[in-house]
Amino acid sequence: MAEQAVKKKKKTKPPVTESLLAPGHRACAGCGEALGAKLVMDAAGPNTYVTTCTGCLEVFSTPYPESAWKMPWIHSLFENSSAVAAGIEAALIAQGRDKDVNIIAQGGDGGTADIGIGCLSGMLERGHNILYVCYDNEAYMNTGVQRSGLTPFDARTSTTPVGKRSMGNQTNKKNLPEIAAAHGIPYSATATVGYPNDVIRKVQKALKIKGPKFLQIHVPCPLGWIHPTDQTIEVAKLAVLTGLIPIFEMEDGKLTRVRKIGKNRKPVEEYLKAQGRFRHLFKGTPEAEAELEKVRQIAEANIEKYGLA
Amino acid sequence: MAIPKGTIVEPGSSKKNKTGSWRTERPVFKHDTCTDCRICVLICPDGIIFGSDHVYDADFDYCKGCGMCATECPVDDIDMVPEVK
Amino acid sequence: MKEFIEGSMAVARGVAVCRPHVVSAYPITPQTHIVEHLSELVADGILDSQFINVESEFGAASVVLGAAAAGGRAFSATTSQGLLLMGEVLYNISGMRLPLVITVANRAVSAPINIWNDHSDAMVFRDAGWIMLFAEDNQEVHDMHIQAYKIGETREISLPVMVNMDGFILTHAYEPVDTISQKDADDFLPPFDPVVKLDVDNPLTMGPLGEPQWYLETRYRIQQAMLEAKPVVKQVAKEFKEKFGRWYGDVIDGYRMDDAEIVYVAMGSICGTIKDTIDELRDKGEKVGLLKIRMFRPFPGEEIIDALKDKQKVIVLEKALSLGASGMLSDEIKAAFYATPHRPEISSTFAGLGGRDISKTSLADLYHKVKGERQDNMFVDLKEELV
Repeated sequence: MAEQAVKKKKKTKPPVTESLLAPGHRACAGCGEALGAKLVMDAAGPNTYVTTCTGCLEVFSTPYPESAWKMPWIHSLFENSSAVAAGIEAALIAQGRDKDVNIIAQGGDGGTADIGIGCLSGMLERGHNILYVCYDNEAYMNTGVQRSGLTPFDARTSTTPVGKRSMGNQTNKKNLPEIAAAHGIPYSATATVGYPNDVIRKVQKALKIKGPKFLQIHVPCPLGWIHPTDQTIEVAKLAVLTGLIPIFEMEDGKLTRVRKIGKNRKPVEEYLKAQGRFRHLFKGTPEAEAELEKVRQIAEANIEKYGLA
Repeated sequence: MAIPKGTIVEPGSSKKNKTGSWRTERPVFKHDTCTDCRICVLICPDGIIFGSDHVYDADFDYCKGCGMCATECPVDDIDMVPEVK
Repeated sequence: MKEFIEGSMAVARGVAVCRPHVVSAYPITPQTHIVEHLSELVADGILDSQFINVESEFGAASVVLGAAAAGGRAFSATTSQGLLLMGEVLYNISGMRLPLVITVANRAVSAPINIWNDHSDAMVFRDAGWIMLFAEDNQEVHDMHIQAYKIGETREISLPVMVNMDGFILTHAYEPVDTISQKDADDFLPPFDPVVKLDVDNPLTMGPLGEPQWYLETRYRIQQAMLEAKPVVKQVAKEFKEKFGRWYGDVIDGYRMDDAEIVYVAMGSICGTIKDTIDELRDKGEKVGLLKIRMFRPFPGEEIIDALKDKQKVIVLEKALSLGASGMLSDEIKAAFYATPHRPEISSTFAGLGGRDISKTSLADLYHKVKGERQDNMFVDLKEELV
């Protein structure tokens, strides 16, 4: 370390990017989904076919005639990236082009858990050798932060606004990784950009397994969640450390590994206070306190269910 | 026929779009305490932090100034400063 | 080889010799026998294809889209509600210029649910950028698939093709069909050589965001390709005739048209009944003929004008209508004649909706009515007491 002081070198223009998701894309500053996609692509490598649902990821990466993608990539519709990937797999097999390649289908939480769940279920059930990646930013961000099936309890979105009679979204996140696992697939897991090396590990692990794989990555959205752009990783970590976003792996339907939070556990308020979408929970009213208690209970249930303590 | 309108033949051609103009703050890599952990490289959503051997920097043609690298740097070797044009 | 087979089998056999890499479908009456036969050919090792059973027609269309994007020759079949469920994907397939083939066993559209034949399903997608062919009988539909792949895969065209056959009337009818051998098929149809395909060795981006500054040009290019498809359809029909000796007309076909004064215009299997009716009317001295529309998209306006311009009256008999307007076929024929100095009197009539039988008597009655005066938006065999 003593050498470090003399290591001040003259700054030179950095080299051209090596990432498979090239810069120049139009994701917002601090976009968790862009980070998630970059990690997934670089973990998968160039021999990967990618299908993508309609959504922020597709829009910010491919305004014609420019594309951020450095691998064969296709976007068809909002709800069919898994079915299009299945067709690609079938055609590659039929043409003898399926050796040593990966196929990744991906989408946001709306394209995956809501409108695309039919195609996703079909893909998982039929046994295709495809990794599905869901970038979960917990609302329809591309259309302006409307509620999705993965929007968390009490979150304010543009279709679950806070008002005299509303404390935001009154439903819990659909448990998509377990729904995926219930298809009898060999691998279903959650990850978060808060722990980027874990994302890479899980993508590489999943791609070594033959058959359908599902990975849901929690990706903060500074715009929709209302937090400063530099806080993306911090917010993502707090989601895990409060117990609100359990990070786990399920293999052949069984829970095989969890990210323990143990003594690092934080109160849910730390996560909620970091985001504008939960601001209404801190008015100090009895109603707000009652809601906070419900969120605490969600965290408690997760910690118990997945053994996170 | 010609390539169908709507197929992009140049991979990674988004590089033509210089997003650096979006920036209101810029990261200053101080090169003082860097431990080569490469967290900044790993977590940059735009994949534009480069370097090696304790010397890293952002490609300011593309850096949007989100500040994630400065926040996540475990040894406080990156400062965010207002962009002056 | 002449074989006595079901219409659905004729389709399956006609598709199989095209060696599709991927077949994907979801069951719906009356399409089921087509894909059942194909799955049997795969199960027996006769057809070396990936057969993907999916969770919906939307999934089926998406699977064949992906397969075609990856450079595979792809096939699906559906009808009615299934075609409607595919709708979003159908536009996507043509927008990406993917030349796959879907067979539609034409059927009415719900509600009320009705599994029988008309053309209400296919006609919904007349604006979707698909080449649309209609077959009259099972020999024609057998032969139409290899032509469909050849047309769609022509590199200048690169558009999907919808092969329409009347549900039940053709799909479930047994007729002798001269089936195409694999060797003859291989001689006629070259391997699919797509203009673009997803490939790790040459990474392309397909289906990007189309902002206002260039979306319009994509529509222009599809429209141009559609217009260029017409001579290709004719050329392929001609090549088919040279190779196989069978001819159904190219984009249109006439029956006893030469001295006809009044002409039926129709699509699909009803043309057979109309021909029989014409023979009987001719025996009674009536100067009547038929113009069969074999291709609805691209619309063969010039050919139709040429065939009808010297006729006195035209009876457009449609198995679909645009509710609140008129028949799509009759409207387009009328529009085609807009700039011509002479045009026949055109009657628009709807028949056979929801599988209602169309008899020779009804067709002859219709002829006499039209001979008397022009009929506008007339429902043939409407039961006034049930309305």
